[in-house]
Amino acid sequence: MINFVLLISRQGKVRLTKWYSPYTQKERTKVIRELSGLILTRGPKLCNFVEWRGYKVVYRRYASLYFCMCIDADDNELEVLEIIHHFVEILDRYFGSVCELDLIFNFHKAYYILDEILIAGELQESSKKNVARLIAAQAC
Amino acid sequence: MEQLRTIGRELAMGSQGGWGQSKEFLDLVKSIGEARSKAEEDRIIARELEHLKRRLADPDVQRRKMKELLLRLVYAEMLGHDASFGHIHAVKMTHDESLPLKRTGYLAVALFLDERHDLVILVVNTIQKDLRSDNYLVVCAALTAACRLIGEEAIPAVLPQVVELLAHPKEAVRKKAVMALHRFYQRSPSSVSHLVSNFRKRLCDNDPGVMGATLCPLYDLILGEPNSYKDLVVSFVNILKQVAERRLPTSYDYHQMPAPFIQIKLLKILAVLGSGDKQASGHMYTVLGDIFRKGDTASNIGNAILYECICCISSIFPNPKMLEAAAETTSKFLKSDSHNLKYMGIDALGRLIKINPDIAEEHQLAVIDCLEDPDDTLKRKTFELLYKMTNSTNVEVIVDRMIEYMINITDHHYKTEIASRCVELAEQFAPSNQWFIQTMNKVFEHAGDLVNIRVAHNLMRLIAEGFGEEDEGADSQLRSSAVDSYLRIVGEPKLPSSFLQIICWVLGEYGTADGKYSASYIIGKLCDVAEAHLTDDTVKAYAISAILKIFAFEIALGRKIDLLPECQTLVDELSASHSTDLQQRAYELQALLGLDKNAVESVMPADASCEDIEVDRNLSFLNSYVQQALENGASPYIPESERSGVISIGSYRSQEQQETSAHTLRFEAYEMPKPSLPLATSQSSMSTPITNLVPVTEPGYYKEDHQTSKSQPPGDAVSGEFGVKLRLDGVQKKWGRPTYSSSTPSSSTSSKQTTNGASHSDGGGSSSQPRESSYGSKRQQGTEVSAEKQRLAASLFGSAAAKADRKAQASRKTAKDSPSTEKVATTNVTAQPVKEQVIPAAPPPDLLDLGDEPVSSNPPSADPFSQLEGLLGPASAAPVLSGTPATGTSKAPDLMSIFSDDVPTGVASGSTDPTLGDVNSSSHKGTTAVASKKGPSLQDALQKNATARQVGVTPTGNNPNLFKDLLG
Repeated sequence: MINFVLLISRQGKVRLTKWYSPYTQKERTKVIRELSGLILTRGPKLCNFVEWRGYKVVYRRYASLYFCMCIDADDNELEVLEIIHHFVEILDRYFGSVCELDLIFNFHKAYYILDEILIAGELQESSKKNVARLIAAQAC
Repeated sequence: MEQLRTIGRELAMGSQGGWGQSKEFLDLVKSIGEARSKAEEDRIIARELEHLKRRLADPDVQRRKMKELLLRLVYAEMLGHDASFGHIHAVKMTHDESLPLKRTGYLAVALFLDERHDLVILVVNTIQKDLRSDNYLVVCAALTAACRLIGEEAIPAVLPQVVELLAHPKEAVRKKAVMALHRFYQRSPSSVSHLVSNFRKRLCDNDPGVMGATLCPLYDLILGEPNSYKDLVVSFVNILKQVAERRLPTSYDYHQMPAPFIQIKLLKILAVLGSGDKQASGHMYTVLGDIFRKGDTASNIGNAILYECICCISSIFPNPKMLEAAAETTSKFLKSDSHNLKYMGIDALGRLIKINPDIAEEHQLAVIDCLEDPDDTLKRKTFELLYKMTNSTNVEVIVDRMIEYMINITDHHYKTEIASRCVELAEQFAPSNQWFIQTMNKVFEHAGDLVNIRVAHNLMRLIAEGFGEEDEGADSQLRSSAVDSYLRIVGEPKLPSSFLQIICWVLGEYGTADGKYSASYIIGKLCDVAEAHLTDDTVKAYAISAILKIFAFEIALGRKIDLLPECQTLVDELSASHSTDLQQRAYELQALLGLDKNAVESVMPADASCEDIEVDRNLSFLNSYVQQALENGASPYIPESERSGVISIGSYRSQEQQETSAHTLRFEAYEMPKPSLPLATSQSSMSTPITNLVPVTEPGYYKEDHQTSKSQPPGDAVSGEFGVKLRLDGVQKKWGRPTYSSSTPSSSTSSKQTTNGASHSDGGGSSSQPRESSYGSKRQQGTEVSAEKQRLAASLFGSAAAKADRKAQASRKTAKDSPSTEKVATTNVTAQPVKEQVIPAAPPPDLLDLGDEPVSSNPPSADPFSQLEGLLGPASAAPVLSGTPATGTSKAPDLMSIFSDDVPTGVASGSTDPTLGDVNSSSHKGTTAVASKKGPSLQDALQKNATARQVGVTPTGNNPNLFKDLLG
């Protein structure tokens, strides 16, 4: 199960957060701080995973934006890496060559899209076409 | 006019690509982007929140405007600020009739609240209503919110509707209903347990999306009780087969793989169902073989499926052919250059060696490589593998490496884990006592405060008991080597408390046992410990008790020793301590010094910490005493059942005593005193089981030395003449317990002295009994576990000895090799960007961002971070101009290098870059450049760019990265 999704820019600015397990505001701030320190400092050729407090955080960098997902210890890291990519591809399709600025100013749309892909921390739809259709129907 | 403008803006909002937010919001984002420090950002947000608070409270604010205000609130909270004042507005907006507003409301509510929040109760009603809506989009929004917000108590309120929605004509609704039910199941399994059959039904849904979603709850359910779902094995295998044969619509394909996410979920389910079930596993081999054959090791998703296959094969009933295929794939992973795949390979290896330990042999070099790798993630994974592979022949190498790594990390969570693993391995496989003690010393020295205190207790027990062999000589050798090493270490500064406790205990118990060290030397050391740790009461308590033991042993041996001056100071200081526990220990020590040899011998027998305590529950040893009392005219004990209404003298007395004790401070709740009192006390005064608080009494002990040992509070048993003293007992009941329970050393020693079958009733005794028994049970558990593990290890590594040698060799060899491999890696790094050069780079200044990549060769951009700091800003000419010449030669960041199957899609040539570089280029020129970079949709890009310029954001600004396509 995915416990939370974080989008952090290279300079540590938060672009999007979605929490599927309960965290208080204080814990959230702490988690973000801890993970930015952990992930943003990693070199380019290392694993895209870090072990963190008994969980695993899978991250992937696109341009200067890091997409991070925190998963349980027994989840498949490579799969989650592809879930991230799946999300980015759908964003790309929706925004038409998505860039970070799109996500900054349209974060609510990014949330809607994420809600169509993940629900309660599980992947609910793996067809890009279906997601695109639903998002279009909602014309948010 | 203002209104018109707002409407115009809102209209623009619907169009894709443009940023439909108001100027205010754009300005906010911009100013946050430009903030130079966290403090500045906080100030901006605080101002914004003030503003929002005012606006939200305004009753005249338009609904559409409200939507934007809410989004700004979400933004503020996303940045970590408290926006709770606005939560209620989000709740209100969920009531709105219009779908966009309602969805915004739900979005905000789901982000702001979780199931524990008080406001949720206000949303439940709306969700209930919306679940019945005719508009399936409203239903979808409500279901999404339900997944987040419906807690255990609210489930019954929405459950019937959600179940109904499982048959909704729209597949999107069915899918979300399944997911909502899954969430409910996770929250409270019992509330949906009767609905499990619905999941089975949905498995046959016509829509692959719904079927795929159903696999999530089924996986959880099957994990809970696999046996109830064995009938589905064939269905799952069939589905997997069809998916792998591309029977699903191509829209489920992902990077040319047929529905990989569904395949992975199915493999997970099969792994559970086939575990230890030969028949079920039999159905799976064919399809697993197919998947292996079709496996695509070139793409990431292909590897994800293959990895899941390996997991499945290692979980189900083993099949040699399958294992061979799995091992082959694993070795491909391990040999790969990608760290990700190596990581997965190590994990897979860890699974496979459980079935066939020989597989590891082939990959020793790769494993050692990973262990030496600078990547922490990979290193830790490898330690996990080693931990699984450890046996008595390789334990030294592995544990030494673990400790070496442990010393150098700061991550407490992981340090704790690896420390306890070291302890576990050392306890299990230690080749020699010496090594064991040394290893434990290292662990405690560096991570003593992180490991569970039980580990410390375990170590003391181990030293006391030895390794369970009959050979007393080996045990005493173990002890004296422990004493030696502790005396060496004890002077070092900053030792963790738990380690000092062990040291004190062992020195007290065995410091003088082998006669190597004089009592005064040990006592001096112990005094030093107590002095050096003034604030740590537990350590002081351990130290003073250890000193007491040394004195006791010396006196018992008939040697005369004097209290050293420093020791005297310590005792004096502790007698006046605020801690009653320390006081008691100090007084006990003083009292003990006054006893004669015989008395001391029975109070503190040497090396008796492992003796069992026998409890004479009938207190038969009191018989003679009672007899004597009766002869002296005491009235006989009458069991309560035979008692009349008249209060007998005995019970009267005990009641009185209870009352006196009642005058002291009491911290427990009031009880119902009168009826129960005579019962409780009279029981303890005679032969029936002991009262709850003071477990055992030992009158023999009193007979012997109640005159001398004042500090020992007499037990209940002596109710008669010692009525006054009984008060002490009452006091002890109130105060003593918690303090005593921290007194391991004294308690474990004093409990030894049970030569005549009962422990005495001093504080130590009372707490030692439960502790000893818990040790006992733990020990038993421990041996069970270790026996099992040893069996496992034995089956894992038959030829371990030879292997260990080779491994050591290998490790030496690879240590030398690794620099060269690293070099190869770096050359790869440099080579790759050249290849990628063709990618149409985003605006030239991007190149300056590559601070962490070796290729960044643009001197003017010396500090990429300062550029990144500002989100947007006035186009600064300098960096752009200086960046321009570099464009031809430098490269776009290698975004997708890990995923070689992703071919860069852009078509624009690099020739646009120079144009972009010209800051003074006409806006027309700039737009085309950006447009071409923006890829397929020219119109979108134009619009986006226009909006950007409106706000003052330009691709030539301070942070051009924001314009870079995420997908390269």
